[in-house]
Amino acid sequence: MKTAARGRFSSPLWRDRALAASALSEIARLAPSAAAKTGGRVNFMEVCGTHTMAIAASGMRGLLPKELRMLSGPGCPVCVTSQGDIDRVLALAAIPGIIITTFGDMLKVKGSKGLDLHSARERGADVRVVYSPLDAVALAAAEPEREVVFIGVGFETTAPVIGGAVVRAKKLGLKNFSSTAFFKLVPPALELLLSDPENKIHGFMLPGHVSAIIGTGPYRFVAEKYRVPCVVTGFEPLDILAGINMLLKQVISGKPRVEDEYFRAVRQDGNPAALKLMREVFSVSAASWRAIGAVKNTGLVFSGAYASFDAVKRFKIKYAEAPEPKGCLCGKILLGKALPSDCRLFGKACTPSNAVGPCMVSSEGACAAWVKYGG
Amino acid sequence: MARRRVWRENKGNLMCLAVPGRIISMKKGSAEVDFSGIKRAVSLDLVPAAKKGDYVLVHAGFAIQLLDPGEAVKTLELFKGIFSEGPGDAPQAPAAGKP
Repeated sequence: MKTAARGRFSSPLWRDRALAASALSEIARLAPSAAAKTGGRVNFMEVCGTHTMAIAASGMRGLLPKELRMLSGPGCPVCVTSQGDIDRVLALAAIPGIIITTFGDMLKVKGSKGLDLHSARERGADVRVVYSPLDAVALAAAEPEREVVFIGVGFETTAPVIGGAVVRAKKLGLKNFSSTAFFKLVPPALELLLSDPENKIHGFMLPGHVSAIIGTGPYRFVAEKYRVPCVVTGFEPLDILAGINMLLKQVISGKPRVEDEYFRAVRQDGNPAALKLMREVFSVSAASWRAIGAVKNTGLVFSGAYASFDAVKRFKIKYAEAPEPKGCLCGKILLGKALPSDCRLFGKACTPSNAVGPCMVSSEGACAAWVKYGG
Repeated sequence: MARRRVWRENKGNLMCLAVPGRIISMKKGSAEVDFSGIKRAVSLDLVPAAKKGDYVLVHAGFAIQLLDPGEAVKTLELFKGIFSEGPGDAPQAPAAGKP
């Protein structure tokens, strides 16, 4: 059984060298014709931070033809979280007696006063990294006299998982569990990029795991209204090369549509049970994006029935706009308007061990990927 | 090799990362899932149709989608079609835009 699992979904076949080599030469063959259609250079955006890391780690960026540029999009959850929301996380951590539970990525994101959860812990805050929000629920059950707060950030992949944990907490009757709901939605984020008159994106490599939840339907407007090609793509090196190949062919044909390369996991209607749960626990609302600010209907907050689980309400944490770190280009990088190497801080004042902006802090951030694996 | 190791170490931190595994036993909404040898308890609350023997995609302690082994084989064949037969005769992935 183990061998079967490996053989089907994690076998070396997914990263076969010979196939990757012919994939790259096919991409090199197609790129000039695509570039002729787009006016000299083809810009594709990988929207998901996991794609950013997979592309960087495979080393394929340097092997792609010069006409083709892969831009990192607004798909790194920690990176898109506004400075004001990071400050709210730190305000929660400063409340005496609270246990903060979080995914590891949030630990070193700095608030506007230069502090992060890691330094809050050094000052006595109880901050614990968990693998699953269910671990946080179990902790709340085990320590009924303590308040346990989960730091919920992320996209449609993570929202139903945190929603599932909240439903579990409600079933268990836990009064000492709450979570933040700083969730963002991918399709409205794409619309934000596309409605920018300066937009120069010629194709989207769409996030596989967000799409496993929401399906492919919500992206149709990208191809139909904005005439931009879309391919929902998996995360193995060959998936990514196939995704690029399919995007190039759409550009050349001039017929944009939503294709699904990751059909072993992504169905047209997504995961209906997860969508139902998400709609029950959360409702669509404005969200604050880094470098963009608050935008209507681009995020999720707790619905009325689950409002008592909202940590921000429970502890009356106010929101205040806060400036980005000085000189940090993270916001522009998220919008595909700058590359990490365009930032004057990159690799000098801003490094993984002493990160200025979230794109360097997060293991899914574009700057972290570039500094670790090369641009 | 070092690069690959760094990537593996990092995987635990990636927020939208989901890992394929196979359900080896189940009880009341929770399952034991085998990830190529590593076994973990996983909630099946988001994939109520999952049953023993199914492959699932797991994110942060929850199975978020069923994986189709037949479609995985088809994908590998699609790669061969796109990449080794040369231009013109590559099979297409299913279009996903229409209802």
